[in-house]
Amino acid sequence: MTKKSIQTIKMGLMAISLFALVACSSTSDTEEGAMGEEGSSGSGSSTASSARTNAGSTSGQLTQEEIRAENALRQTVFYFDFDIAEFKPADRETLTFHARHLAANSGERIRLEGHADERGTREYNLALGERRANSILNYLIVNGASRSQIEVVSYGEEQPAQAGQSDNAYSRNRRVEVVAR
Amino acid sequence: MNLRKSLTIILVGSLYLMSFSAYAELSIQITQGSDNPIPIAVVPFSWQGNGVLSEDISQIVMNDLEQVGEFSPLSRSNMLSMPSEEQEVFYRDWRILAQDYLLVGKIDRTSGSQLVQVQYEFFDINREIKLAGEVLTGSVTQLRDIAHEISNVVFEQVTGTRGAFTSEILYVVADYVNPERTNFRLEKADYDGQRAQILLESVEPIMSPSWSPTGRDVAYVSFETDLPRIYIQNIATGERRQITNYPNLNSSPEFSPDGTKLAMVLSKDGSPDIYVQDLTTNQLTRITDHPLIDTEPSWTADSKSIVFMSERTGQPQIYQIDLGASSFEVERLTYDCFQCLNGMFLPDGVNLVHVRRETRQDPDYQIAVLNIETLRVISLTSTSLDESPSIAPNGSMIMYATKFNGRGVLDAVSIDGMVRFRLPSTQGDVREPAWSPFLN
Repeated sequence: MTKKSIQTIKMGLMAISLFALVACSSTSDTEEGAMGEEGSSGSGSSTASSARTNAGSTSGQLTQEEIRAENALRQTVFYFDFDIAEFKPADRETLTFHARHLAANSGERIRLEGHADERGTREYNLALGERRANSILNYLIVNGASRSQIEVVSYGEEQPAQAGQSDNAYSRNRRVEVVAR
Repeated sequence: MNLRKSLTIILVGSLYLMSFSAYAELSIQITQGSDNPIPIAVVPFSWQGNGVLSEDISQIVMNDLEQVGEFSPLSRSNMLSMPSEEQEVFYRDWRILAQDYLLVGKIDRTSGSQLVQVQYEFFDINREIKLAGEVLTGSVTQLRDIAHEISNVVFEQVTGTRGAFTSEILYVVADYVNPERTNFRLEKADYDGQRAQILLESVEPIMSPSWSPTGRDVAYVSFETDLPRIYIQNIATGERRQITNYPNLNSSPEFSPDGTKLAMVLSKDGSPDIYVQDLTTNQLTRITDHPLIDTEPSWTADSKSIVFMSERTGQPQIYQIDLGASSFEVERLTYDCFQCLNGMFLPDGVNLVHVRRETRQDPDYQIAVLNIETLRVISLTSTSLDESPSIAPNGSMIMYATKFNGRGVLDAVSIDGMVRFRLPSTQGDVREPAWSPFLN
């Protein structure tokens, strides 16, 4: 897979979908607010502040919500804790934006690629990678995406993002990648 | 010039070369031997033909016997005589050297053909009797096979157990070309890693090779379509067919010992469950139905039950399910581990080889054997990333994948944990060994 081309496509789609997202997010503002509070992670707050600067310097047409959506869609890798198949609560808000984006763009297709670190047997890790991808799949569907838009595949421990036996490598390898199709 | 003398020089020279080349390509490292190995003398086989033979039969036999640990072959330089047939054997020469057994032999070429005849004779020094002997005929390209066959005879004569030296292994190699590209290869080799052949190459993962009971076919998982799907490939012809194309995960193919069925893991109905496909009718039967992970099926020797791993009690544990009954009955086999995975019975049907993580705190995975009658557990390995155990067809050793200096390697350990050897990887990460059934 060429990551660059995917990103280009994604940016294009993002521009188209932003209008749709505005409509979508305006209806669920309260819910969104609650999400933001409980899922506020370090990375979330920093992207928000950098986005603010951007908003000021550009045309000023993007609302805070739109900028958050744009940033959220840029995050395509979600990391998992050891032995855990459920995505981190801190990723919930970002995933909500992904779900809305899919809901608003019924033609868009994604693939959720689940991965595990190398500890544990290969077959178990293959199953674990699928369960991790499914935890995101289910959340996306509950939040408006259609099942037919999403393909799930697990690579288990076969395609590590980083080689080696360090904790750092392991934490980078326990992941689900959202790949545009 | 005396013809006989020059011939002798050639012979000695070629013997030297032969043993040198045999050492050069020797890939096995014996990492731990038996406490009390049996002394055995394997005399260099005499060669009556012209030219240099490509393989040193007696050296291969020595390597075979040394690898499995029960034997301690005598160094050639310590031999007092080098007999090649019975009438040249003086038992006293070998008793002085404290040898229990003696193997001698000679190789002849059938004139005008590529065939060689290898005659070997095997003696018990203490009882002063010949235990075995025969003439094996083959082409010059089969010297290695002939050597392994002789090792089988020696091993069985001494231990009473059938030798597994003519068996082969399948394994997967992952070659990291660059961060964007890994080459995966499915390879087959002799049990000692020699004569490796590539059966399949792909830039997408290849997993879970499994032998058919005849040794003619291999089932495996390939991601070549971007999705994990099961294939069966004829090893000799390379001809292959895709067996599954179900939604979601298709993995863990395992031929039943009677060759009629293929067990597999599918998650088409939600979560990974065990299924069995009849290989003649293609009928698919669901064996387990649980919302948590069921995977890693392995068959019992009678093809009537499947051992598998399930998370149904929270953490991975090993269970057995009886396929005979109309309603499948599940029996739990492991209890005293935080996680027990990838279980498979030794040929005795009592000892369960498995991957074991003792506690939640230490994520170390090791190979162990549980006797399901006495509930005694023997730990066979002490490293932390040990997986994919595969049992030699005679049940004497287990090959498994582990990490050494950050790279995937294949290690083997005897079932009593006394003997260990390693097949170092030449390139890339080697993993998922599958030891063949008896092939002859």
